[in-house]
Amino acid sequence: MHELSVTESLLEIALRHAQQAGATRVTALHLVIGQLSSIVDDSVQFYWDFVSKDTIAEGARLHFRRIPTELACQACGERYAPDGENLACPKCKGTRVRVAAGDEFRLDSIDVEPDAPPEEQDAEERPRR
Amino acid sequence: MPKNVPVVEKILSANDQLARENRLAIDAAGVFSINVMASPGAGKTSLIEQTVRALTGKLRVGMINGDIATSLDADRAAAAGAAAVQINTGGDCHLDAVMLHDALPRLDLRSLDLLIVENVGNLVCPASFALGTHKNVLVASIPEGDDKPYKYPGMYRGVEAVVINKIDLLPYVTFRMDYFRQGIEVLNPGVAQFALSCSTGEGLGGWLDWLTAQVRKR
Repeated sequence: MHELSVTESLLEIALRHAQQAGATRVTALHLVIGQLSSIVDDSVQFYWDFVSKDTIAEGARLHFRRIPTELACQACGERYAPDGENLACPKCKGTRVRVAAGDEFRLDSIDVEPDAPPEEQDAEERPRR
Repeated sequence: MPKNVPVVEKILSANDQLARENRLAIDAAGVFSINVMASPGAGKTSLIEQTVRALTGKLRVGMINGDIATSLDADRAAAAGAAAVQINTGGDCHLDAVMLHDALPRLDLRSLDLLIVENVGNLVCPASFALGTHKNVLVASIPEGDDKPYKYPGMYRGVEAVVINKIDLLPYVTFRMDYFRQGIEVLNPGVAQFALSCSTGEGLGGWLDWLTAQVRKR
């Protein structure tokens, strides 16, 4: 799995947006992850606690919003969740479908604090990989 | 009280940005490039070997091989006639745009027509990391089973061509070609498909014609 690269990328994005917002502390990250994106929440939080150390995002909580896969039939418009064995439309058996939801993989927002305690002010952004 | 700051950014945006830089470098050299992905043992290296052999004398082929360790695969491609460079990912389960970015200067791109990047054998992680190549190619194989599109939808969705290797084994293995193709069709309508065997050479012509046509379009 590639949770470490994902976590490093996440940190870079969070720190950049925190800096733009003039924040001195990041307390939470809100992620939106579709079912088709294969990452393990616990592993990301585990790596996060390492890579965020000594940054203004140290200790931030990661919140995952999971989006189930939803397919949309191009023939009859039916929207349905695939059962894993069969991907065709349950209503008209059509196989021309598009993925309507489930491939999300983004950082939606971060929670920040504008004022930091004095000892946090020297915290520097980690260099990008 | 903390305040909420909207971000709405793809998590791998830094990788995607570097992939765009890779594409610019490849384009500037006038090369066509493919990223070959598959599970371990599906036949990536065999397909590349056969492809390099068949195209030698017609196209100038370069190859970048990603593997967790060893240069066995790059050696095979070099023996077949390609300019080959090895990337050892040191345990990473996929190539990413950073690794390709570092490897590209090790090849003389301007002396090539076709660049083949062989990804790490894995049906999950490589699908998430754009490299900057023009087309993604997935090598599936008969012994892996006909349910793979259903189990690894991310991989099957993100490719422009699917090679179905080892069709010479069809008489010996239960493999419902219709079921397999239906999975591909649903996930990736109209994707180019080539059923072939790297051991007997059956069906290789269609793949080589497609690839050559892509290179000529550059």
